[in-house]
Amino acid sequence: MTRPAAVLFVIAVLGAAAAAADIPLAERKSGYEFMARETRAMQDDDSANPATLWVLDAETLWQRKEGSAGKSCADCHGDARTNMRGVAARYPAFNEARGRPIDLEQRVNICRTEQQRATPLAFESKELLALTAYVGQQSRGMPIDIANDAHIRPFLEAGRVMFTERQGQLNLSCAQCHDDNWGQKLAGAAIPQGHPTGYPLYRLEWQTLGSLQRRLRNCLFGMRAVSYPYGASELVDLELYLMWRARGMPVETPAVRP
Amino acid sequence: MARALINAPAKAKRGEVIEIKTLISHIMETGFRPDSTGKPVPRDIITEFICKYNGEEIFRAELFPAIAANPFLTFFTVADETGTLNFEWIGDNGFTATESVNITVE
Repeated sequence: MTRPAAVLFVIAVLGAAAAAADIPLAERKSGYEFMARETRAMQDDDSANPATLWVLDAETLWQRKEGSAGKSCADCHGDARTNMRGVAARYPAFNEARGRPIDLEQRVNICRTEQQRATPLAFESKELLALTAYVGQQSRGMPIDIANDAHIRPFLEAGRVMFTERQGQLNLSCAQCHDDNWGQKLAGAAIPQGHPTGYPLYRLEWQTLGSLQRRLRNCLFGMRAVSYPYGASELVDLELYLMWRARGMPVETPAVRP
Repeated sequence: MARALINAPAKAKRGEVIEIKTLISHIMETGFRPDSTGKPVPRDIITEFICKYNGEEIFRAELFPAIAANPFLTFFTVADETGTLNFEWIGDNGFTATESVNITVE
C-alpha cells in the first residue's frame, strides 16, 4: 500500500468507528456497573446513600402548603408512595398546553405556578432536587417507559441529532464517547454508556445531589460546546432521547455516582 | 437543624458485635475555596462526633476540612445492655446536632 492510500485507509476506519450504530438493547449497562464496589454499596443501602437526606426533606415538602392557593403536593396527589409510582419512568413527557415535552423539574414547577400559585423553584435548588428525587424514588426498579408517538417523535429526533452531531471546539459528539467508546477510560475514569437511569443522583465529585441537566451541561462544558441554560428546550430534547435510549432499563433514582 | 440518619440494629444478642452507621447533612465547606468574587468562603465544617452508649462514650471522631460533605461514619460496638445510643455532632458557627436510637439486648 502506498503512503497516501494508507492514510486514506486509516481515515476510512476512523470514519466507520465514528459512525458506529446504537448499542444493542441487550448490551446496555447502567453506570452502576462501571462503579467501584464501595460506591455500589453506598447506592444499595439507603442509610448510606446521602441522597436519602433529600428524600427525607421532600417527605416534609410534599405535605407543606405553598403559594397563594395554599395547596400542598399531597392535596392533589395524595400519598406519593402509591400515586407517584411509575411517574418518573415516563418523563420527559409530552405536555399538551406547551406543545412540547417537559421534564420532571418543569412538571414540578408547572404545578407550583399553576396549581399552588407559588414562585417556581430554581433549577438545582435543594427543594427542586428533593422533590424530583422523592418522585423519582417511587419509580425505583420500574422500567423506563418513554412514549414514542407522533407528538414526541420530532423532539426525540432533535435529541438524537444533538447526541450524534459533533459540536464544540473539541469537535466531539456525545455518541463518540457513549456509543463508540464506553468501557474505555477518560482521564482515569470509566466512560459509561450514558443512560440516565438514576437522576437526580448524588455525585461524589459534586458532593451533592444534581439533576440530569447539570450532568449534560458538565459534558457540554468538557466538550467546549455551547452549554445551554437550565430548562433550555435543547437540553430537554436530549434528556428525552437519552431516556428513550435507556427504555426498559430499571429506574435507580436516587442513585450514587463517583 | 441538620438532618441525620442512623442505621443501628433495634435488637441484638448479648455480646454481639453490631455495626452503627451514621449520616448527617452538612456542607463541610473547607475554608480554602474562593467564591465567585475571589474571596475565600469561610470554613464551615463539623469538627467533632461523639457516640455514647447508655451515657458511656464508645466512639469519638475529630473531623477536618478534607472530609467530604454529608459525613458518613460507621463503627462497631459490642451490644452488652438494653438502652440508648446517643449521637452528637459539633461544628463551626455553633453547629450542634443530636440524635438517639434505642437498642434492645436479649
